[in-house]
Amino acid sequence: MTAATLSTVQLAPGQAAWRRFRRHRLALAGAVIILVLVLGSAFGPYLLPFDDTYIDIMKRFAPPLSGAHILGTDELGRDVLARLMMGGRVSLSIGIVAMVIAMAVGVVVGAFAGFYGGVVGAVLMRLVDAVLCFPTIFLLLALAALTEPGLVTTTILIAATAWMAVARVVEAQVRSLREREFAVAALAFGSSNLRIMFRELVPNAIAPIVVAATLNVAKAILLESYVSYLGYGIQPPAASWGNMLNNAQIYLTSAPWLAIAPGVAITLAVTSFNFLGDGLRDALDPRLNIP
Amino acid sequence: MARYVVNRLAQAVMLLVIVSAIGFALLHLAPGGPLSQFAASAQMTQEDLDRVTRQLGLDRPLPIQYLDWFGRMLKGDWGKSYRDGEAVLSVISSHLGATLELMTTATIIAVLLGGWIGILGALRRYSLFDSLATVGAMIALSIPTFWFGLVAIYVFSVKLGWLPAGNRQTIGDGSFLDLLHHLIAPALVLALVETAMWGRFMRSSMLEVISQDYIRTARAKGMPEWRILTVHALRNALLPMITVAGLQFPTLLGGALVAETVFTWPGMGRLFLDSIGYRDYPVVMGILMFSATMVLIGSLLADILYAVVDPRIRVG
Repeated sequence: MTAATLSTVQLAPGQAAWRRFRRHRLALAGAVIILVLVLGSAFGPYLLPFDDTYIDIMKRFAPPLSGAHILGTDELGRDVLARLMMGGRVSLSIGIVAMVIAMAVGVVVGAFAGFYGGVVGAVLMRLVDAVLCFPTIFLLLALAALTEPGLVTTTILIAATAWMAVARVVEAQVRSLREREFAVAALAFGSSNLRIMFRELVPNAIAPIVVAATLNVAKAILLESYVSYLGYGIQPPAASWGNMLNNAQIYLTSAPWLAIAPGVAITLAVTSFNFLGDGLRDALDPRLNIP
Repeated sequence: MARYVVNRLAQAVMLLVIVSAIGFALLHLAPGGPLSQFAASAQMTQEDLDRVTRQLGLDRPLPIQYLDWFGRMLKGDWGKSYRDGEAVLSVISSHLGATLELMTTATIIAVLLGGWIGILGALRRYSLFDSLATVGAMIALSIPTFWFGLVAIYVFSVKLGWLPAGNRQTIGDGSFLDLLHHLIAPALVLALVETAMWGRFMRSSMLEVISQDYIRTARAKGMPEWRILTVHALRNALLPMITVAGLQFPTLLGGALVAETVFTWPGMGRLFLDSIGYRDYPVVMGILMFSATMVLIGSLLADILYAVVDPRIRVG
């Protein structure tokens, strides 16, 4: 054992995790890119002289770097950069809010299933298995077809198709933690089941939950882009990264830049969250280090 | 073995019941419920609707309706498309071939390419190749399939003119070469995500196997390295890939839907989207149930096949 490992042992768990995380360069890069995308989407529109929905028929299909339009204009002469930033607000918010809802549902279902086991656990987990049988995009589109499209519905529907993986993770964790001494001790002290579940067991499973949450944001952003691209998510004139690509295919020959900017934005955001999740997995729980 | 199969089968049947309950619930969520195909017609008066409701037995209690519906599903009566009145199951089966063609081709590409990348990555762990493959796989998993399709169309159809921008064949043609020419781009686009997944799973499976004691024993015996890798390592590392194939199936099916949309490929995914556009709920529900059943059967087959080739699994 070297001096370096010895000193790591003496670090607080948080510091050790931060050290492991810092070593994961791609995760760090991912975190920086996410920060840039979030700040750019949040404050960028105030710095631009263009409104994202302002139609300027005289300036249709201006290519990038021509004049004031840095990323060019679209088929209605709207500024692509302004739309990209406003679309970023929508896409990133959907990614994060859908994740929060999916986590809430997944954690509750997983905690109940793992804690009670038996019939309750079996029924809940078979429900998870059953929903997982439906290919996500099919289920999402079918649900979207049944409802009125919009920001709120899209977010809820994405969450509805993304909570199952979390439930599985939490169920497995809670099932094994339930047998540990601290849980048995809490039971002996007379803590209620709910208290043991959500104050003792779930907090002890926080590492895999955080990792799952991060990967879930990536998945939600990707799903938003799919439904909106197919026309069942965010509706124009509001922009989202997905619906900006909706029309891009028609103008692919004449105005390829319309397809490039949103696609790069989605890929950047999703890759960053995926790398961040990977890095967090290494940092928070070295045992979970599955490639 | 027989016990394992029976067990697994019972689980699958139970899952099918839950899956069908979800499908049934969705059908009732549709505007107009199961009557939507009649409610959509302007000529139907309220009296007509009430009569159809009674005739179809929709005034009965829900559990009875469910059993009736489920029974008809099992017999192959999945309702009629309200676009052309064709039976849902026959509409689906006429589009299934194109989807299977796309999925099979993409899987073959993904297994060969992903397998090769994964094995090489595991054998040269932390090499430049391995690092690039790992990062590349992560990016591949993050690119939206439809956007990758658009980029492929732009580069190979618009700019280079090498490949057609969509469809399964040139109208009036349809020779093997023509079909192949149309298949390349959508299959490669669909294969991207699959290749990344197979590569990652193959790498971890291979890494696990080559750290086993029997590999060390084989080395100690002085067995040639290629023989250790092919006879001992690879054979064992390939076993879990059967499970991966089962797990990958829903992703593959979803990816096919997206690839079919971008490349106007006349398969099940395209049919699904068209049906959503027409609010053709019977077909939408039919495809949803059909794909879920396919996924269920896929994972059942994968589990049974795995138990056949790996006796360790049967216990438990």
